Amino acid sequence: MGPLPRSAGVRFDTRTAISPEPNDAALVARCRAGDHAAWHELVERFSRYVYAISVQAFRLPHHDAEDVFQEVFARAYQQLDKLRDDEAIRPWLGQLTRRLCIDRLRAGAREAPAEEVEPAGIDETISELDEAFAVREALAAAPEHCREVIDRFFCRDESYATIGAALDLPSGTIASRISRCLAGMRKFLEGKKPAASAV
Amino acid sequence: MSRYDETRIGELLRRLPPAPEAWVRAAQEMPLARLGLDDLVRRAEEDAEFRTRLVADLEAALREEGVAPDPKLVEELRRRFQP
Repeated sequence: MGPLPRSAGVRFDTRTAISPEPNDAALVARCRAGDHAAWHELVERFSRYVYAISVQAFRLPHHDAEDVFQEVFARAYQQLDKLRDDEAIRPWLGQLTRRLCIDRLRAGAREAPAEEVEPAGIDETISELDEAFAVREALAAAPEHCREVIDRFFCRDESYATIGAALDLPSGTIASRISRCLAGMRKFLEGKKPAASAV
Repeated sequence: MSRYDETRIGELLRRLPPAPEAWVRAAQEMPLARLGLDDLVRRAEEDAEFRTRLVADLEAALREEGVAPDPKLVEELRRRFQP
């Protein structure tokens, strides 16, 4: 893949990006009140993070990762009342995922201590995923046309040609759009405080 | 110096691919499935006729109740009402 072309800037909406709407605390409160739409949104918001911890940090096989994924959200749903700080939903889910991944690995390794079943470099990987989550949140500030091409290109690993065909645009337009959107994200992120390490 | 350049942003974005759609959907539908399950279990425990109908053909009984016969739900009910 060649370098992306440089081009003019993209305006980001700083209001929505600093705190995605609804913010985490509001979303948790709505879930606790039995709002199914809020639960859908919560799962959508954190599904990539939970998935990434199990398959990237703990390298669980697909079927184990699926069990952990479902168990994380099942427990989250049951135990939302125990969350002391609604803003802390992401680190809480991160810890829960980590614990369940360790349980899964220990089950296969017969009662080994947690530190013996955890893959090397786990803290660094999770820290990287925390940072990735913060960058992903910055996407919420981007215009819709940016969100779509960025997600397709980087997260779904689609080529310029595939994206262009789906959006009925030339590949060159996709490349320049990605370039503009990344520049906008960079500018936006430079104005943000560094993401706190959560897990 | 910036913590992020375009290359770094791209690398970080790649770290969070979407979870499989079916997993996300199952997690999103869990509260409804649980509601359906709890309600069905309660009725089956209280109503012998309903229990017989449920056990005889779980998928059909669920459809009659307006509940999609999700395989995990069916499996859970089958386990619950095994003789």
